[in-house]
Amino acid sequence: MGIVSRGFFGRRREEDVKLPPGQYLTHDFPVLSAGPTPRIGLDRWEFAIDTELGETHRWSWPELLALPSETPTVDLHCVTKWSKLGTGWQGVSLDVLMENVETGAEYALAYSYGGYTTNLPLEDLLDGKAWIAYKYDGDDLEPRHGGPARLLVPHLYLWKSAKWVRGIRLMNEDWPGFWETAGYHNYGDPWREQRYQGD
Amino acid sequence: MSIDYLDGNALAGPLGELFAVDVTAAIGTCAGCGAAGPVAALQVYGPEPGLVARCPSCEEVVLRLVRTPDAAWLDLRGAVSLRIPMPETRS
Amino acid sequence: MPRLPWRVAKLVEIRQETATARTLVFQIPGWPGHLAGQHVDVRLTAPDGYSTERSYSVAAPEQGDRVELTVELVPDGEVSPYLLEILEVGDEVEIRGPVGGWFVWRPDHTTPVLLVAGGSGVVPLMAMIRARRAAGSSAPFRLIYSVREPDQRFYLDELANPDPGLDIAYLFTRKTPDGWARPPGRITQADLTGASTDIDSYVCGPTGFVEAAADHLIALGHAPDRIRTERFGPTGG
Repeated sequence: MGIVSRGFFGRRREEDVKLPPGQYLTHDFPVLSAGPTPRIGLDRWEFAIDTELGETHRWSWPELLALPSETPTVDLHCVTKWSKLGTGWQGVSLDVLMENVETGAEYALAYSYGGYTTNLPLEDLLDGKAWIAYKYDGDDLEPRHGGPARLLVPHLYLWKSAKWVRGIRLMNEDWPGFWETAGYHNYGDPWREQRYQGD
Repeated sequence: MSIDYLDGNALAGPLGELFAVDVTAAIGTCAGCGAAGPVAALQVYGPEPGLVARCPSCEEVVLRLVRTPDAAWLDLRGAVSLRIPMPETRS
Repeated sequence: MPRLPWRVAKLVEIRQETATARTLVFQIPGWPGHLAGQHVDVRLTAPDGYSTERSYSVAAPEQGDRVELTVELVPDGEVSPYLLEILEVGDEVEIRGPVGGWFVWRPDHTTPVLLVAGGSGVVPLMAMIRARRAAGSSAPFRLIYSVREPDQRFYLDELANPDPGLDIAYLFTRKTPDGWARPPGRITQADLTGASTDIDSYVCGPTGFVEAAADHLIALGHAPDRIRTERFGPTGG
């Protein structure tokens, strides 16, 4: 630790809420990006699930909106240490999208417009734990926050909730994604503070 | 159009932790499109969760750098080469 | 000792530049010296160990163990409000550097130079102007300095009597002084004409400004490899 700067406390923390270790509370919605914000026309947008058997299930934008949706209210935890509580979303549960998908795969790799990828066990996408979200706080999801649609997996650090999601590939083997190949933890559970590899 | 990046000058401190020479003045060649230019002219996103430097011509990732508490992770997959200027040695 | 150590920097002098910007002069024992255009990282640490860092350009050429930074207040920022409103003479922060070997001007260069500044992007360019003066260089310099309003100009008194061979043009994007010929507006190609294209250019400012200015220079026939740019962006503060 460096020398303490007199009178410096940083922009953080209200101590009366329960946050994962090392996190601080924020009320705005910071934007972190690893590249330019992709602009995808809704007439060309599609979401796909590719199985390990070589099958692809596709949804166009109208087809996604026609599916039954949910309105989860969830807490977000970013690996860069901010947490935002009680955020309201609308989207389609992965359980709905996976309903007619035949797979024995254990692993999933989400991939995005713009080239981003992130990996997670398939079971972390199921049983009401993940959504393809297209509305935030009642409005269409803004491009800078991942619109038109992003993956939402709030029980893991937010880098797993791929912005601008384009599809999910189901695989028999784990395939580390963009940040997972560059030092970040393969699973990323905020409550166990799994930020970096080895944590 | 989004203008939300810095440039390769922002890599000088983080890379200066690792290398004896100033890498921002090196000429990098992009593995995606073959364009060559100084590392200082790359488009840099970050610094958090990590520094991602992209080719100004094709936007492919040229270099990534993540600093964890006990390690620096450097990925140069997107660079064919880095030409680093060195002082001439006399023979 | 690490290659790029954090050094203790004591604030020894504060100069008000504008209503929202100050020059902070630090004394850093063991400072290895720097070139005009280089920057440093400043690190602040809270009592519980939380720390954060930001990059700032150095505003003046090498002068022993003194390092001058000019810091503009970023509203809702985390570091600049501390540096400008809380830090007092005698207080200490940590600084490492210098870093950056690309966006630099060396006093032995005799080629004519065009400096194009957007807002607080003038800081590293001012270091070059001061380095030119300190070295007694006669390399022709021209500074084109774009700000929103007249009272947002840094170093106004010092630039009011420019060194011989230094030519200065101000551009105002929102409000001009009374009787100013050029209407307020963003930098255009016309603002950059007149100079020979056989010059080295240094462009510094917010990303959008740098993109626009560099595109204008290229359109005017300047060789891209003679235009050096430094952008600062939304991650400041």
